[in-house]
Amino acid sequence: MTETNLKIRSIKNIIFRTIIIGVALLAILPLFFIIFYVIKEGLSAINWEFISSVAKPIGESGGGILSALVGSSILIVIAVIIAIPIGISAGLYISEHSDSKLSSMIRLSVEVLQGTPSIVIGIIGYFWFVKPMGHFSALSGGIALALMMLPMIVKTAEETLRMIPFSLKEASLALGVPYYKTILKVILPAGLSGIMTGVIIGIARIAGETAPLLFTAFGNAFFSTNILKPIDSLPLLIFNYATSPYTDWHKMAWGASTVLIFFILILNITTRIIVNKWKIKY
Amino acid sequence: MELTLSNNNKITISSNSIKYSDNWKLGENIFNSVLTGSGIMIIMIVIGIFLTLILSSLPSIKQFGINFVTGTTWDPVFERFGALPFIAGTLITSFLALLISIPFSIAISILLGEYFKRGIFSGFIKSMTELLAGVPSVIFGFWGIFFLVPIVREFEKILGITAYGIGIFSSSIILAIMIIPFSASVGREVIELVPSDIKEAAYAMGATRYEVIKKIVLPYAKSGIFAGIILSLGRALGETMAVTMLIGNFNKMPTSIFAPANTMASVIANEFSESTFELYTSSLIEIGVLLFIVSTVINLIGKWVIKRMVVR
Repeated sequence: MTETNLKIRSIKNIIFRTIIIGVALLAILPLFFIIFYVIKEGLSAINWEFISSVAKPIGESGGGILSALVGSSILIVIAVIIAIPIGISAGLYISEHSDSKLSSMIRLSVEVLQGTPSIVIGIIGYFWFVKPMGHFSALSGGIALALMMLPMIVKTAEETLRMIPFSLKEASLALGVPYYKTILKVILPAGLSGIMTGVIIGIARIAGETAPLLFTAFGNAFFSTNILKPIDSLPLLIFNYATSPYTDWHKMAWGASTVLIFFILILNITTRIIVNKWKIKY
Repeated sequence: MELTLSNNNKITISSNSIKYSDNWKLGENIFNSVLTGSGIMIIMIVIGIFLTLILSSLPSIKQFGINFVTGTTWDPVFERFGALPFIAGTLITSFLALLISIPFSIAISILLGEYFKRGIFSGFIKSMTELLAGVPSVIFGFWGIFFLVPIVREFEKILGITAYGIGIFSSSIILAIMIIPFSASVGREVIELVPSDIKEAAYAMGATRYEVIKKIVLPYAKSGIFAGIILSLGRALGETMAVTMLIGNFNKMPTSIFAPANTMASVIANEFSESTFELYTSSLIEIGVLLFIVSTVINLIGKWVIKRMVVR
């Protein structure tokens, strides 16, 4: 071991550290570009008219994204109504019978469903609901989104419920409370914050989904709240307007993208607040 | 309910409690069957997805057999459907994206898993990557059209090739940006799993941080980092919207990495709602079947490797 050898090693160490920090920062750069670019283009499009009025025909200036906003909300509500009960019950089943054969099959199915490409979910929505009904509908879109959201809810429900100490359940059962009431009134409330986090993350995930809606909700140029009719949604509007040749529409798509990014950002911040404030303390 | 004893002392058991116990059993049964039912429903959904896809693609499977995956012509007018151009498009874009993303995601994993485990800087990078992971695919595509494509077009002009702008190269860059947060977060988790006693042993022998990372951390976390890359490959394969907006929708075999092409997901997104006859639809669904099977297998392998690593 000579003096120079040590020096070389320490120089190598510094060089490596610099490269790692540099490359990592370089990878973060596109994010700034994307967020900055979208907000720069989008903010100027957003005003009260933009979020409170429906789209105007091509050529007329003005108009807004109200139908897409309402459509997205309806789709998310349908998805949440369907996915929450099934997801939480299935999560409960896996956490209560964690070693059973059925549980491992459910876990496998959840993994498969989570890995299913969104466009395949779109095809499934088309064959299960659009084809039998004979037309595109908000309902089929909401169900397709529910399928995308389900794995997230099952997984977070299972993880949260498993963390709840067994003594809590024992105490309740020892008082003579029936098993199902123990689960409903002791275990579920204790895990509520975790489950809510899962639901919000799930909503953030489906709010921007486009592919499952292409062949189900389909999009609608007119204002509609009928869940049996085609309906517009923010991501569909962004897709349709972004790929159109009209500058006016591009502007509106930037505005819609900004709204969508802020919505998802707010959901992310909400989950952080929930996680920090209501962390299960045992 | 009454029980009569011999000396006419009546013992009455309150019928209330019996009713209660009946209700209790009923509630218990309903509750258990709802839980089991929901679980079984998820299994049925997955089986149903698979069966629906297979059944709806039967006409095309029967018509073309193995030629479907080796055929290079996709021509709805003459009812000839070969999916090789899309399979090639998917594989090229995904692997190119993986190649671009690997150095960046490994750098972020090492940075967050080894250099800055906590603190403001690590929190900043972590929330940035999480935010990046939450941006919808359609917005990546939109940004790609207006920001990335012009840059790529200039680049292609410098190279002296046909300057499409859109095409495999642009799609791969967008895909790479989209999968970096994901593989980086898996990588960080497995790097944090490396036991500190073996790192400390190396430090005690006088190793520098670089040597510890190179000779201890990376070899130990190798399989987990690999699994993260596999999982992000699964994402890249199925990614639809951003690619659909940037790849150029060209149904021939790709000739170079700068040429427009089509991927399995993007051809479905583009042509499914205009497929006018059964064979056309079922051919598109057969592409969906292939996509479903490949992403499922890749996904399960990745998750299995990670699970094995965590258990160890």
